[in-house]
Amino acid sequence: MSAALPDAERARYVLRLADTSLVVAQQLGACIGHAPALEEDLGLANIALDLLGQGRLLLTYAGELEGRGRDEVALAFLREPGEFVNLSLAEQPNGDFAQTLMRQLLLDAWQIELFEALERSADARLAAIAAKAVKETRYHLRYSGGWVVRLGDGTDESHARVQLALERLWPYTAELFDADALEEAVAAAALGPHPAALAPGWRARVQEVLAQATLTLPAPASFRWYGKRGEHNEHLGHLLAEMQILQRTYPGARW
Amino acid sequence: MSDPRWPLWEVFIRPRAGLEHKHAGSVHATDARMALEHARDLYTRRGEGVSLWVVRSSDIVASDPAEADALFEPARDKVYRHPTFYDIPDEVKTL
Repeated sequence: MSAALPDAERARYVLRLADTSLVVAQQLGACIGHAPALEEDLGLANIALDLLGQGRLLLTYAGELEGRGRDEVALAFLREPGEFVNLSLAEQPNGDFAQTLMRQLLLDAWQIELFEALERSADARLAAIAAKAVKETRYHLRYSGGWVVRLGDGTDESHARVQLALERLWPYTAELFDADALEEAVAAAALGPHPAALAPGWRARVQEVLAQATLTLPAPASFRWYGKRGEHNEHLGHLLAEMQILQRTYPGARW
Repeated sequence: MSDPRWPLWEVFIRPRAGLEHKHAGSVHATDARMALEHARDLYTRRGEGVSLWVVRSSDIVASDPAEADALFEPARDKVYRHPTFYDIPDEVKTL
């Protein structure tokens, strides 16, 4: 396909998608052994592995587009926090179980809209990755949505905790739909959706769950975070330190 | 404090279309939807199935092991009930 966007720009876009999946995979991986039940450990691990798989496919493709000889390992484990371009929402801490699942709900609903749109991308490789990922993501939303409803419509304490999680995470959702020059160019080249176009579908999916969960939608936040531009708060550095320590201590280690 | 343990559910998997569901194991879950998700997450990680059933373990009525002799012993010596006199066509794979 000929798309009117240089490979380097396309690489930057694919890297954003890759980093969001990778960072959430690492977050959910850190929950293993700490979930409230063995069954939830497996459930979260399955989602983490799906996201890791998406991240790997996208990182590999980003590395090829970039053309500087960086493979998925180099991109995942040898970049500094400032070079990561994941959404700020993805790097918010796991917190309690309610916060982990609320973050998942907000991201799952976004990823479904994103991957459904990317299935129609002018970039055949991106479309193929999206076609695989969208099936996984539909299950992720079923899982996270089920838990948010269960917690929201549960006891007074679970309701209060999941409502608090929603209020903490809500400010980070504005970034999902706020396009910058790169995303405008991607949309113009029909490589991916315009971020704003994902908002109505996302909102409908999220509101359906929140209504069932008897949760109240917070007011829009005035301040905005831009993880996708490489602007991160302190959480990402800690997360990457743990994720990258093995490759940085034993460069080139494989097993 | 309430009982922290979630109810037990039995999981049945159909490995592919045309076959019957078979008992695979059990999961803990608070409701039917969670039971299905746990069954999916625990027992179909390696492509084991195309369909799942879950049923509350407490809803299963089981025979009493103490009555096993009365229930099952009488069938032991009725060899004529086994249809061993038929030739099975080669094309029939799953009988």
